[in-house]
Amino acid sequence: MTTLKMPRIDRQVLKDRDKIIKDICGFTNSENVLSEREELKPYETDGLTAYKQTPMLVVLPKTTQEVSKILSYCNKNKIKVVPRGAGTGLAGSALPLADCILLGLGKFNKILEIDYKNRCVVAQPGVTNLAITHAVQDKGFYYAPDPSSQIACSIGGNVAENSGGVHSLKYGTTTNNILGIEVVLIDGTITRIGEKVFDSPGYDLLGLITGSEGLLCVITEVTVKILKKPDTVKAILLGFSTVEEGGNCVTQIISEGIIPAGMEMMDKVLLEATNDFSKAGYPLDAEAMLIVELDGTKSEVDELIDKVAKIAKQNKCSSMKISKSDEERLKFWSGRKAAFPACGEMAPDYYCVDGTIPRGKLAKVLKEITKLSKKYKLPVANAFHAGDGNLHPIIMFDANDKTSLEKTEKFGSDILKLCVKFGGVLSGEHGIGVEKRELMCEMFNNNDIQQQLSIKNSLDPSSLLNPGKVYPILRKCAEEGRLHIHGRDKSKFSDIPRF
Amino acid sequence: MEEINQNSQTFLDFDSDILKPENENQLQQIIKYCYKKDLPVEIVGARTKNNIGKKLQCAKTLDMSNISGIVDYKPEELYITVKAGTPIKTVQDKLKSNNQHLAFEPTNFSEIFKKDSNEGTVGGTLACNFSGSRRFKVGSGRDHILGFKGYNGRGEKIKSGGTVVKNVTGYDLSKLITGSFGTLLILSEVTLKVLPLQADTKTIIVSGLALEHSLGIMGSAIASSNDPSGVVFYPGSLRSNFVFNDLTHPGSITAIRVEGTKISTEQRINNLVKDLTLIDKNIAVLDSTQSEIFWEDTRSLKVFSKNQRNILRAVVPASETVNLINRLKTFHPNYFIDWGGSLIWLELDYLSNQKIDQIRKRILDINGYLTVIKSPENIKSSSEIFTIDPIKFKISQNLKKSFDPKRIFNPGKMYTGI
Repeated sequence: MTTLKMPRIDRQVLKDRDKIIKDICGFTNSENVLSEREELKPYETDGLTAYKQTPMLVVLPKTTQEVSKILSYCNKNKIKVVPRGAGTGLAGSALPLADCILLGLGKFNKILEIDYKNRCVVAQPGVTNLAITHAVQDKGFYYAPDPSSQIACSIGGNVAENSGGVHSLKYGTTTNNILGIEVVLIDGTITRIGEKVFDSPGYDLLGLITGSEGLLCVITEVTVKILKKPDTVKAILLGFSTVEEGGNCVTQIISEGIIPAGMEMMDKVLLEATNDFSKAGYPLDAEAMLIVELDGTKSEVDELIDKVAKIAKQNKCSSMKISKSDEERLKFWSGRKAAFPACGEMAPDYYCVDGTIPRGKLAKVLKEITKLSKKYKLPVANAFHAGDGNLHPIIMFDANDKTSLEKTEKFGSDILKLCVKFGGVLSGEHGIGVEKRELMCEMFNNNDIQQQLSIKNSLDPSSLLNPGKVYPILRKCAEEGRLHIHGRDKSKFSDIPRF
Repeated sequence: MEEINQNSQTFLDFDSDILKPENENQLQQIIKYCYKKDLPVEIVGARTKNNIGKKLQCAKTLDMSNISGIVDYKPEELYITVKAGTPIKTVQDKLKSNNQHLAFEPTNFSEIFKKDSNEGTVGGTLACNFSGSRRFKVGSGRDHILGFKGYNGRGEKIKSGGTVVKNVTGYDLSKLITGSFGTLLILSEVTLKVLPLQADTKTIIVSGLALEHSLGIMGSAIASSNDPSGVVFYPGSLRSNFVFNDLTHPGSITAIRVEGTKISTEQRINNLVKDLTLIDKNIAVLDSTQSEIFWEDTRSLKVFSKNQRNILRAVVPASETVNLINRLKTFHPNYFIDWGGSLIWLELDYLSNQKIDQIRKRILDINGYLTVIKSPENIKSSSEIFTIDPIKFKISQNLKKSFDPKRIFNPGKMYTGI
């Protein structure tokens, strides 16, 4: 495991631990305060399992008032607080600190209101992403952002990380799909930002807080907008004998004015791995494969599928399959969804990288990744949300070989630098957390980072909320690790679909 | 050529009341100068929206209109990067040549403020963040800005975001800046998401519905899978503003727009008639050309343009709109309703601080908000233009301080003290 520099431990806080526990028990029922070693263990890491740290204590409040009292107390006594949703995040944003109170929002697990008239749902932050869709699907509605971990990830965590999914090009990410939040500031102030209306007045605090990875406030309620399900959804599966042809097909689809609901690309390595795993019927002779999903009215979808088929032929696609039923469409996706476990079958360990690039640069970036793969002598499989440019290379390695882990980390870091070099960004949907913290200076200069830190300072002057995340400590561009999962069966939440 | 540029930088006339940088270098010099000398500046682009917000008393005006031009346009990547002073029209024309557009159809205030059909600059449009009828489907300006470069109140160049739609890399400052009325940062360059123009547009107009009935239909239209991209209501009193060959029925207008391929718009219009049981109503369907005029008129608040009256903008949960309109009857406003029932444009003959307070209270009671768009100078200096509560005021004040510690950018434009 790579060593990670974190904020200096406040020894006095650790010394006062017993008193702090007693005080916190005055704000919430003592059963919500976990302080025994075995109780703390499950909270020592989030989805980025490469890093572990036992928190000083875990508090699981049940009401906004309790959160307010706890934060106010922490602010007064200068105790660090790390907020946590479902702990599925892949960038270590919820990694505890040795001297922190880990504030878990898991008991905020109720849907408070379903308002069909205003097409929105008011939920507590611990409600899972998928539970929102489940609550409204009988009336034909759904919540659009669909991160692959939606079965387990919480809506509060989605707001903190601005989660995406495979439909982001057409339907946007979390920030485009929420109307309001209730938050608690570090001094205990409770405030509502946004309501059941668009574009609240004044500064766009909703936009600022979404994706701020728990550094600015604690989210205690979320109002999301819901959409009516489209009449018809169909997918087309396309094989290509070169990555370039697949990439050109993606570019031409967009250039011809088609905005697919989802557009996903997989390279040959991933194709073979996932097909063996899920028997999805992928074209194994192809170097790259595209799944293009279109939705809308039936006639519109049929028309667009025809158009996409024509474009694919122009780009010399080697195979083509159009879904004839919803079952078949889901089968197309099944292999893609099994990317993680399939890679787990191929190597003892794997790292998943998350970066975004301009769509048109895909072939070039993949070529560079292949070169790096040869340089580091580590195999890599590539999944690509081609619609929105979100690239997920999966590096396979063996953690028992120490040099292999170091090489993997360097490889991942080089890939992210490539993303930035080709006009992209360090993270599309996993966030920065601790994982990519040190790479922030690949994208931002000192002015940019100082401005962001100054915003943090204006909302959390003592830097108590989730310190050590997102922004580099000591401003040093060191190499840091990527998502590391050790083996399919050994990983935490190994059954949850990822990215 | 190089020498001339150098000269224009060297001889920047800081004594002039209007500072008009030719390039970013000069812009930065000006901001640093103002920062050093504690000189507040009013930031203007094409001055089409500078009547919105509180009256400023600044020593200098900073005119951004020369910081203009398209920097990079990649139709296949769905983005355009432009200098902040670029006219919106230049961007729209460029995009149209590639069958693309700014889908958030920014509200065009040129007719309201009599600005000779000039609808302003990209920077000004984002600074105000007033978006048109597609809001419920595609979002507003804040959902279409992918990244920016600009200068904070210390004259430091800042950037955030990028050119891609999926990006979680530090705080999303693009959104914070959008709608901040130039009080946090001066935008110099922005990257906007662009989307394809749809091949066909149709608008179904139902005539003569009472407000409550219309709002029910508007809500059902949005909540259907027919994916409308505009849903608006004009009361019968404003009917005479619309003259279309295909629109023959009198009375109020309930208009629903669908966009897509020709087959798709036809199917969706048919579905709407069926799903909303409109068959026995007075309906008309506007084709693409007529639709374009209708929605352009909506985007530019054309029904209010003949008058010199006061204009207010209320946003409320759609379920509360009927109640609000009823509660506002005592003020006898002209009004129309956009965003499928959630955005209410109000036009009033006479406005006073007391009246604004009364209207604002009724709107706050139902968890909405009010913005004063057009009002007499005395009202603008004495009444709150935007809605805010004390907690968010304090947060906003702190944020202002982090960007613009000496309050030199549009001080007081949004709120006194910010």
